[in-house]
Amino acid sequence: MPIQIIIEKCTGCALCIKACPFDAIRILDKKAVIDLNKCNLCGACVPACKLKAVVLEEGEKPAPNSNLKDYKGIWVFIEQKKGKVQSVSYELLGKAQELAKKLSCQVSAVLLGNNLDGQLDELIWQGADNIYLVEDKKLENFQDEPYTNVLVKLIQKYKPEILLCGATSIGRSLISRVAVKINTGLTADCTGLDIDPKEKILLQTRPAFGGNIIATIITPHHRPQMATVRHKVMQPMAPDKKRKGKIIRERFDGSVYASATKLLDIVEELETLVNLSEADIIVSGGRGMAGPENFKILEELARVLGAAVGASRAAVDSGWMPYSHQVGQTGRTVAPKIYIACGISGQIQHLVGMQSSKIIVAINKDADAPIFKVATYGIVADLFEIIPALTKRFQEVLRR
Amino acid sequence: MNIIICIKQVPETTEVKINPETNTLIREGVKSMINPFDMYAIEEAVRLKEKFAGKTTVITMGPPQAEAALREAMAMGIDEGILISDRAFAGSDTWATSYTLSSVIKKIGAFDLILCGKQASDGDTAQVGPGISAHLDIPQVTYVKKIEEINPALSTMESGNTERKGGVKDKFMRVERMTEEGYEIIETPLPALFTVVKEINEPRLPSLRGMLRAKQARIIVWAQKELQLDSQKIGLSGSPTQVIKIFTPPPRPGGQIFKGETPEIVNKLVELLKNEVH
Repeated sequence: MPIQIIIEKCTGCALCIKACPFDAIRILDKKAVIDLNKCNLCGACVPACKLKAVVLEEGEKPAPNSNLKDYKGIWVFIEQKKGKVQSVSYELLGKAQELAKKLSCQVSAVLLGNNLDGQLDELIWQGADNIYLVEDKKLENFQDEPYTNVLVKLIQKYKPEILLCGATSIGRSLISRVAVKINTGLTADCTGLDIDPKEKILLQTRPAFGGNIIATIITPHHRPQMATVRHKVMQPMAPDKKRKGKIIRERFDGSVYASATKLLDIVEELETLVNLSEADIIVSGGRGMAGPENFKILEELARVLGAAVGASRAAVDSGWMPYSHQVGQTGRTVAPKIYIACGISGQIQHLVGMQSSKIIVAINKDADAPIFKVATYGIVADLFEIIPALTKRFQEVLRR
Repeated sequence: MNIIICIKQVPETTEVKINPETNTLIREGVKSMINPFDMYAIEEAVRLKEKFAGKTTVITMGPPQAEAALREAMAMGIDEGILISDRAFAGSDTWATSYTLSSVIKKIGAFDLILCGKQASDGDTAQVGPGISAHLDIPQVTYVKKIEEINPALSTMESGNTERKGGVKDKFMRVERMTEEGYEIIETPLPALFTVVKEINEPRLPSLRGMLRAKQARIIVWAQKELQLDSQKIGLSGSPTQVIKIFTPPPRPGGQIFKGETPEIVNKLVELLKNEVH
C-alpha cells in the first residue's frame, strides 16, 4: 500500500478530506479511509494532517540522476525566430535574476542559431550574466533533434541547477525531449516560480484541470530542475546598459547538428496581424458575431488598439475564423492585459483559455451569459452598436 | 502502415465543479471521456488505414474503467485496444508515463507511426508525446495540423519495422506543424511520432457496426506482471517530479456591469481602459 492512514493517530478531523483534490477520502467510524481507486498518490493530504496520521510511502526512492551538488546556476533557453530573440525569453531572464538572488548564483542564457551577434547585448542588459552561444548554419531555425542534441551536451558539460524555457510551440516540444534524454523532471506551462527558502529547490506552480486547480511541483532528486513557463506571466527586467556579461562560444561535431526530419519551409500566415500568445490586447468574437463578414468590426477595433483577433470555438467551427485564432481548451491559452469578448457566451472550455487575463471585458446581449461571471467589465448590449462606437471613441482618445 | 495511437481518459471538464465546503473537485458522477485532442489522433489513424491498409492499435494507461475509452476508439474504427493498468503505475508523472508507454510500444513491435493528441485536457502538459519519441529515439513532429504527402511506397510496403533498415528508409511523410505565426512544412522519415491539433480533421461519429464490434472486442490488459518494467522507472519511484501542494485558485473578483445608452457605456469603458492601452 503506497499510502496509509495510521489508525491510532487519526481522530477523524477531516482536514485531509479538504486537502484531497480527488475526493478520495471518507470518514468511516471516525477514521479517515482512502479509496485507492480514486487516490492519485499526489500527497496533498500528508502535510494537511496535523497528527501525521497520513503516510505516503515513497517506496524505493527515485534514483538521483546525478550528484546534485555539482549542479549550479540558472539557465534560460533563449528562443529565437529568424535571428530575433522572442519576448518570452526576456521575461524568463527577468524571473531568473529574481530566483538567482535567492540562490546566490548566476543567470546564463543559452542561445542556439546562426549569426546572432546582434542579439547578445540586449540579453546581457536584460539579465544574462553569461551567454552560451552555439552557432551553425544547421541551427538557424529550430528543429527538435539538433536542438535537443546540443542542449543535452551543454547540460552535461556545464551542469545547471535550473533550466527555464518558454511554454511555446518550440519550448514544449524541445524541452520535453531533453528532459527524457537527461533523465530529469519537467513541469509544464508554469505560472509561478519560487525558491523554497529552506531546501533551496525550485517551487513550480502551474494550473491543471483547465485552471480549476493549481499545483505546486518540485523535482527533489534530479538535476537540472526544468520548467516551461507561460508567456506574459513573468516580468522582464528594465534593460541596464551598464550590465556586463561573458560570452561562451561552443562548437560541436557535425553529427550533433544532424536531423532526420527536414524543415522544408516556414509559412507565416498573413491574416495574423498580431500573434495571439504575444498580444497585450485580444479582441475576440463568438457565435454572437453572426457571420464571418462581421469580424471586420473586430479587426478595426483591434487595429486601433494594436490588438490580436481571437475567436471562440463556435466561430471557428462555423468556419468564420481560421483555427489558429481559436482561444480555449482546444485552441490556445492566452493571458493578455485586456481580453475583449464579443458575443461569446463563455462556456467553460473558452474560459479556461482566457480566464487568467488581467482585465476581461464582455459584450453580450444575454445578461445571463456565463462570460459575465469572469468579466471585469460586463456590457449587456448589442455588440453591433457597442463595437463601432468603442472603436471610434478609442480612435479619438488615442489619436490614432 | 501500422499505427499506434496513445490516448487518455479524462474527466469531462465541463462538469468539473468545486465543492464549496471541502474546496475539492467533485468527481462523483463526473463522466469520463476520451481527451478531446486524442479524438483527432484516432480519426487520423482511421483515415490513414483506410488509404494504406495496415493495423491500428490504441493504447491507454489508466484504471480498469479506462477500458471504455479504448472501446470508444475501436467503435470509430481502430482495430485493437491495449489497456495498461496496474497500481504499480499510479502516481506516474510525464517521465514515468512516457517511459511506460514507450516500453509497451516496444513490446507491440512493428509500427510506422505513433499518433498522440497535442496534450490532455486534465494535465495540459503536452510532454508525454515528445517523451515517448525521446525514449524510443525516433523523430517527432509536434502540433501537426495536416499530413501533406506520404511516400506512395507506403501503400505497397509490408507492415512496418521499428528498425530503420532495408527499404524502410524510403518511407517518409510531409506534414504541416502549427506555430505561433503560421506553420512549418516538415518532412520526416518513419517510424516517427506526431502530436496532432484540432485542425487536422473532423472526427467521425462511431457507426452502429463499429459500436457493436467494439462492444464485443477483447481488450488486451497488460499489468506490471506482463510488462516486467524496471520498478525504478515506473509509478511514483520513476517520477522525478512530485506534487507537494494542490489548491483551488481564488475566484476572480466580481466585476462591474454596465447598462444604459451606448455613448455613456462606451465613454466609461474607454476611461477605464485607456491607461492600459499603449
